[in-house]
Amino acid sequence: MSKFRKKKKGMPAVNTASLPDIVFMLLFFFMVTTTMRETELQIENPRLPNATEVKKLEHKSLVSTIYVGKSKDPKYGASYNRIQLNDKIATADDVPAFIINERSKVSEAEVPFMTTSIKADKESNVGTIIDIRLKLRDVNALKISYSASKGASN
Amino acid sequence: MARRENPEINAGSMADIAFLLLIFFLVTTTMNVDSGVSKKLSEKPPEDYVPPIIKEKNIFEVNINRDNDLLVEGDRMEIKDLKDAAMAFIDNGGGDGKIDEGVATGPCTYCKGAKSTSSSDHPNKAIISVQSDRGTEYGTYLKVQNELIRAYSELRNRLSKERYGIPFPELEESYKDDRSNESLKKKVEDIKTSYPEIISDAEPTSN
Repeated sequence: MSKFRKKKKGMPAVNTASLPDIVFMLLFFFMVTTTMRETELQIENPRLPNATEVKKLEHKSLVSTIYVGKSKDPKYGASYNRIQLNDKIATADDVPAFIINERSKVSEAEVPFMTTSIKADKESNVGTIIDIRLKLRDVNALKISYSASKGASN
Repeated sequence: MARRENPEINAGSMADIAFLLLIFFLVTTTMNVDSGVSKKLSEKPPEDYVPPIIKEKNIFEVNINRDNDLLVEGDRMEIKDLKDAAMAFIDNGGGDGKIDEGVATGPCTYCKGAKSTSSSDHPNKAIISVQSDRGTEYGTYLKVQNELIRAYSELRNRLSKERYGIPFPELEESYKDDRSNESLKKKVEDIKTSYPEIISDAEPTSN
């Protein structure tokens, strides 16, 4: 009988001393890969269209982003055509000032490489995009990127 | 004197602290890389600019109406058929290319199209014109742009494989890694001028 009783001695506790190390490793990974969102979105997170021919945007500091979508604040109405520059809702007429302001943040030599990324919702109207585009052309910001997520387009 | 042992610091809660931080970063992390369909806008034309006269057959007209339907060269079309139609148009090669700085490019030798006289003369003359309504959904508009760019990249890819034996994206990639390499640059330029991407956006209709 004593043979059976021996089993009841209990399992040795699992050594958890290395747990903090593992967790720290994960922590550092996420700390390094994190990019904090700089501006708070005033519009609902745009549902980006899918496209196959996407290119990655390089040089984050040279990218200025324009958001187009539905405003979170109901006073701007429910259409998907609100434009957000920096952290407030604006109109297409404010785009040139926004671009000039963005340009002042980088050195002059880098200005020709600046890209404007348009993050627009699927249901936005082309009219809004074209208004923005005409304004961009006025200030000679000719490189644009229509933000899209990579995937099958159909 | 009794030697007192150094009391050990209790590290049991270290894991908890680390977990807390970990969860914070997990929540705030956005992993997505910004990517998008890149386009280059044309410069603002001067006041007295007279648009050049372009033959009807060298223009591939794509219209999108406000119900997101497609009209291509006067016929209704589904988006999935657009790429092939655009490729057939670009790759037609039914005539001579444009005269570039006094040098005639002559007929398209690498085109594999139908060589029809009613379609485009040469890839460097072929213009794709997209006209959309102001009310068109942006998603549809971008899908159309994407299909057209796909048509071009497929043609470039084909030519690149034929001439240099490697796919065009790889060729471009290796040029990006080594910008000083003149022969790679020449190859990339060669493919790009053989199939220049000419997609123009016409003024939108508004009603």
